[in-house]
Amino acid sequence: MAKVSMSVNGKPAEAEVEGRLLLSHFLRDNLGLTGTHIGCDTSQCGTCVVHVDGKVVKSCTMFAAEAEGKEVTTIEGMANPDGSLSKIQAAFQTHHGLQCGFCTPGMVMSTVALLKQNPDPSETEIRDYLEGNICRCTGYHNIVKAIQSAAAS
Amino acid sequence: MYAFEIERPTTVAQAVEALKNEVAQELGGGQTLIPTLKQRLAAPEVLVSLSGIAEMQGISVSEGTILIGGGVTHDDVAIGAMAYPTLAALAGGIGDPAVRNRGTLGGSLANNDPSACYPAAALASGATITTNAREIQADDYFQGMFETALDDGEIVVAVSFPIPEGASYQKFVQPASRFALVGVFVAKYADGVRVAVTGAAEEGVFRWREAEAALSADFSAAALEGLSHPAEGMIGDMHGSAEYRAHLIKVLASRAVVDMA
Repeated sequence: MAKVSMSVNGKPAEAEVEGRLLLSHFLRDNLGLTGTHIGCDTSQCGTCVVHVDGKVVKSCTMFAAEAEGKEVTTIEGMANPDGSLSKIQAAFQTHHGLQCGFCTPGMVMSTVALLKQNPDPSETEIRDYLEGNICRCTGYHNIVKAIQSAAAS
Repeated sequence: MYAFEIERPTTVAQAVEALKNEVAQELGGGQTLIPTLKQRLAAPEVLVSLSGIAEMQGISVSEGTILIGGGVTHDDVAIGAMAYPTLAALAGGIGDPAVRNRGTLGGSLANNDPSACYPAAALASGATITTNAREIQADDYFQGMFETALDDGEIVVAVSFPIPEGASYQKFVQPASRFALVGVFVAKYADGVRVAVTGAAEEGVFRWREAEAALSADFSAAALEGLSHPAEGMIGDMHGSAEYRAHLIKVLASRAVVDMA
């Protein structure tokens, strides 16, 4: 077992964890933050994407113990302080950038990171950045539109 | 996943000590190892995480050489290796953004996947791999598919790449995995040209010496025209036959030379 303490969405989180506990399972099972989805568990689909120290990572491909001392942000930390949808979440809603919605948390987390490093991405750059996020409904077209709209607003 | 203990050393010395335990294994960025563990294809009893070791971070440039810590992520190489733009671009083309934020240079070279990009860069650049114990020339380091000169418990602490006059990496992406179906790295130095090929051979990354000789004498795509790489020893699978991969080697080498013109 390993002791781990980190900040999740600005709140301290501490636990004694098994070495093999993945960050995705820690967020969902220990903290009840089930917005981080587990789609493939083979590191392909990106539904588990969260931010660790501001960078996108696949939380199913990182051990919870390795998040020691890190700042983790999940989809639950994305809304505005008053609980309303953030600009990017609202753009996904407006443009229906989802079908079943399973991939949406990962898509939103990746979009936040993309727009932070490239506030005005081309369509090619958007599609390129989302390479690690798979939508099982193939709703990519509206996802790209939502991201373009969020970038423009 | 089988159960294991995780150790989080903060210095190379601590990591080396932890790895003296023969049931222990290094954990770099984990972008290959963690999926492998999930499939129960490996069963270490102790994993020694190298991601918290400050000595293995950082990028510096001096006397025509760029030195990159073994723990530096692909994303940090993509952003930070501007002194060697082809290397930075190669790093920026590995996997996807989330993978690049965890996967490391040292982890990739230690794993030596036959389709990985970094081995081609290291071999074509005549890089020097610095471990906790010694320095290994790239020509001696790569010893076959998933095989390297590293001893058990030996850690890639840093890698130094001599910066070439010009270089190009041409990757033919396997459409499903996004690994290199074949990748060719051409680097031109004052004393000659080096050409390394990844993704193609059953023995992993290798130098195409006939192309090196031709390009060292005459650096032009025309110099490659009379050459062809034999299919013998090339990987043949559902994604491409050995003959197809052999053909791609020449095509990509030519593209690299044209790209550098």
